[in-house]
Amino acid sequence: MSKDLTLEEPLGKVIVVTSGKGGVGKTTTSAAVGAELARRGHKTVVIDFDVGLRNLDMIMGCERRVVFDFINVIQGDAKLKQALIRDRRLENLAVLPTSQTRDKDALTKAGVEKVLDELRKEFDYIICDSPAGIERGAQMAMHFADEAIVVTNPEVSSVRDSDRVLGLLNSITDRAGKTGAEPVKAQVLITRHDKSRVDSGEMMTVEDVLEVLAVPLLGIIPESKAVLRASNLGVPVVLDDPSAAAAAYEDAVGRLIGEQIEMRIAADPRRGLLQRLFRRAV
Amino acid sequence: MFGFSLRPRKAASANTAKERLQILLAHERSGSGGARPDCLPQLQREILDVIRRHMQIGDEAIDIRMERGDELSSLEINIEFPGKLGVN
Ligand SMILES: Nc1ncnc2c1ncn2[C@@H]1O[C@H](COP(=O)(O)OP(=O)(O)OP(=O)(O)O)[C@@H](O)[C@H]1O
Ligand SMILES: [Mg+2]
Repeated sequence: MSKDLTLEEPLGKVIVVTSGKGGVGKTTTSAAVGAELARRGHKTVVIDFDVGLRNLDMIMGCERRVVFDFINVIQGDAKLKQALIRDRRLENLAVLPTSQTRDKDALTKAGVEKVLDELRKEFDYIICDSPAGIERGAQMAMHFADEAIVVTNPEVSSVRDSDRVLGLLNSITDRAGKTGAEPVKAQVLITRHDKSRVDSGEMMTVEDVLEVLAVPLLGIIPESKAVLRASNLGVPVVLDDPSAAAAAYEDAVGRLIGEQIEMRIAADPRRGLLQRLFRRAV
Repeated sequence: MFGFSLRPRKAASANTAKERLQILLAHERSGSGGARPDCLPQLQREILDVIRRHMQIGDEAIDIRMERGDELSSLEINIEFPGKLGVN
């Protein structure tokens, strides 16, 4: 058991990764953002709020090491420290897995608050991977957030759901209810952006999406084969081989922590013969 | 496959995915061999009880780590206690 030698107070910022619509890239984003923050030296924990559908552990590659989970901690069956899984690649990174066998009712507001308060004392960033939907599970994940990453695909139902989620962030969260508190700072992360389909007019442009949602843009993550590969391997995409998606997540994290980084639209290299030959250079 | 032919050969990631899933699901389905996650809180309480018969330790003194494997899984149990008590 190592003693914490850092004397500085941790930042203790809670960031929810949410979307409304399912399958848009929340878990991929939670893992990538968490890993990138940790790689930059910030103490970071990623929490799986998707009770009953545990997946973050697979994406982070720690599924064989889960002993206790978030629900065990809430119900007093384990201490937080016993449930946290320390990443083997990055010393600043930890995962708090969720239960595979329970349901979302096992999460209580008071229980979630207690765990988050304890995590705020140890970590700079607490990334909450929300379940899909806008009901109880998703509301628990966003309730105590200071900031939100609203993951959106350039597609009508995803944008519509993001709008509803933005509404909830402004109405039901702890910050929304406290007089004098700043509202939750929400930013949109456009994922699975397919440049060729946008260029051909099949897919909405970034500008289209932003015009509808009217919140700041955190980044644009391209549709990328690297994401499937990383999930197969259980490695957050930013820790795998360089890719367009990894670079886009790195930029997004830079912006998240306040760096000025120009927005760019990346894409996987097209598979022409020349590109195949010079693939590594791209 | 052809697209990757110029890179040094790496095992296809899909194989890794399949292996990881097989190991995980085998454990989740069988729930046997004492590696069932649900039994761990109880195991922890019982270990604490036994230790407490011999020395004073707090609830946080126990740390259980697990690594599920293909053939073999391991459970690592660490117990911290005040140095001055000593052990037999
Ligand atoms: N940028 C991307 N490029 C290609 N595939 C992606 C990208 N982002 C996510 N995916 C794929 O989309 C699928 C859903 O991703 P993910 O699990 O991260 O979404 P989610 O929002 O967490 O889903 P759920 O709502 O079920 O929790 C996965 O198969 C993932 O590999
Ligand atoms: Mg998910």
